[in-house]
Amino acid sequence: MEKFINHTGSALPLRRSNVDTDQIIPAVYLKRITKNGFEDGLFAAWRNDPSFELNQPQYQKASILVAGPDFGTGSSREHAVWALQNYGFKVVLSSRFADIFRGNSQKMGLLTVILSQEEIEEIWQVVESKPDTQITVDLASKTITYGSKTLTFVIDDYTRWRLMEGLDDIGLTFTKIDEVTTFEEKRASFKPKTLPIK
Amino acid sequence: MGKTLADKIWAEHVVSATAGEPDLLYIDLHLIHEVTSPQAFDGLRMANRKVRRADLTIATEDHNVPTLNIDKPISDPISKLQVDTLRKNCAEFGVRLHSLGDVEQGIVHVVGPQLGITQPGMTIVCGDSHTSTHGAFGALAFGIGTSEVEHVLATQTLPLIRLKTMAINVDGTLKAGVTSKDIILAVIAKIGTGGGQGYILEYRGSAIRALSMEARMTICNMSIEAGARAGLIAPDQTTFDYLQSKPHAPTGADWDAALTYWKTLTTDDDAKFDKEVNLNADELAPFVTWGTNPGQGLPLTSSVPNPADFTNAEDRGAAERALEYMDLKPGTPLKSIKVDTIFLGSCTNGRIEDLRSAASIIKGKKIASSVRLLVVPGSARVRLQAESEGLDKVFLDAGGEWRSAGCSMCLGMNPDQLKPGERAASTSNRNFEGRQGKGGRTHLVSPLVAAATALKGTLASPADL
Repeated sequence: MEKFINHTGSALPLRRSNVDTDQIIPAVYLKRITKNGFEDGLFAAWRNDPSFELNQPQYQKASILVAGPDFGTGSSREHAVWALQNYGFKVVLSSRFADIFRGNSQKMGLLTVILSQEEIEEIWQVVESKPDTQITVDLASKTITYGSKTLTFVIDDYTRWRLMEGLDDIGLTFTKIDEVTTFEEKRASFKPKTLPIK
Repeated sequence: MGKTLADKIWAEHVVSATAGEPDLLYIDLHLIHEVTSPQAFDGLRMANRKVRRADLTIATEDHNVPTLNIDKPISDPISKLQVDTLRKNCAEFGVRLHSLGDVEQGIVHVVGPQLGITQPGMTIVCGDSHTSTHGAFGALAFGIGTSEVEHVLATQTLPLIRLKTMAINVDGTLKAGVTSKDIILAVIAKIGTGGGQGYILEYRGSAIRALSMEARMTICNMSIEAGARAGLIAPDQTTFDYLQSKPHAPTGADWDAALTYWKTLTTDDDAKFDKEVNLNADELAPFVTWGTNPGQGLPLTSSVPNPADFTNAEDRGAAERALEYMDLKPGTPLKSIKVDTIFLGSCTNGRIEDLRSAASIIKGKKIASSVRLLVVPGSARVRLQAESEGLDKVFLDAGGEWRSAGCSMCLGMNPDQLKPGERAASTSNRNFEGRQGKGGRTHLVSPLVAAATALKGTLASPADL
């Protein structure tokens, strides 16, 4: 996983709530067996609409998605995170994220930041009036800066450390693998096994 | 202070806990399917890692598989590649797989319970958000992403931050024609699609106790639609009776030991939930969604709401967008809405009891000439059982289609899709824009409402026939 220390870029305002992962990437785009090439499926159903924000020329360079509440609800498909990353997004801001989507984003190094709905609204207004507004998201100081404004955000220290170090969870768990073995030795014998087939 | 059921199961599975870090939880069962696993197996190969516990892992083909001509090669080359990749990965890593044509093939959340590998007190994960289904057995079961699939394959554990607990108390008695699907749709309408975020839900109360295992699975299945990764129901005699005859249920002394343990799996009387929500089962009615998220639902006797009546700006905006997408006008009685397709199936309502209840309404009648009825059993076993009871004939004689098992039109990854502008009454779990096919419109309903709607051609409950 790539380290995330900070990122500066312009933003895409997405004034919709409950953007579920079927909207982020519809199921018909989930058939690839790699983690790349999903950018074509990003918001696929809405891409036909010229007025959709992603199609507007002023937002073409956006790398920070500013979404409405309950972003990423529904299906657990990590393809939603890959599609956003493949397209070029580094950060998503919202007042509420669905649990599974947020977990997936943190595994892949896509930073998801929770702000209040008032703060999101203010960023929407600033970006809509001046689309090239540069926004800096700094994980080290847990701040978001644009113009003269600085916002602070909360993220648990462990996730922040992992993201800033670019650490992969599996590697971290392997440092505790002896504890896993010890745990397995005391598991109850009645717990089911899938093998042999009965 | 006492512990909740969720706290008990969690505590039983902590391999390692360090202050300021997520707990490392042991995973008792890992379910796999073709769509969310290929990249995880690739990751293992790249790191030269093995599947740690193939004997706690099981795979089935469900999401993208066709439900017609399953004896022939899959015609969509990309779907075929994905299924072939699963077969190759399972062979290489020694994972048990039930392929298309196998009697144990089917939707992963139907297959686990029917094999009896879903048991109380377990931790169960799958790269699918409807893994919450297995919570009906008093298991802590939740959906994970592909990175986590790889993590579980490699280590049989997952690092997880502890979740809060919410009690959903449903007391009283359901009226005839009201089902567990109506309970969960009412719960989601009440707490919203984000209401369960950060929580494990525990469904409690006399109305829940009275439900069969299959009906309980329908409720836990849609916990994710309320934003909760997991939903639980404490195991009881209904659970034990269901499990006893299943192939992978413990036997002999193991059964006795398991039963003793399972009986401890209840929330203590003095335990405190972080939040409680109450519903009165006596007041519930057949429910239907009118919008494009599962929280946008109302009793079938209602009318399409007016967005202007929503006081919250977010809800108002969402309702406006939903009505535009759904092509509905405020004030329209829900029962006057014509549908084109009825989908009976999915991990929510594709089990034998669901097919029986729909068939009981349809038997001896014909579906409306304007509709298409697609019946897709949740598993090959469900299909065989239904056929042995003559249910296939009931649906076929009525003018419906009888298919092979899979996720099918619930998510439209295979050829079973709505066409743009088509409207469905669906027993599945998500009414998102385009979920069942690009431009398709979905009303979520129970199997009883689906059956009545098929006969009438407009949204209806059996009482309207």
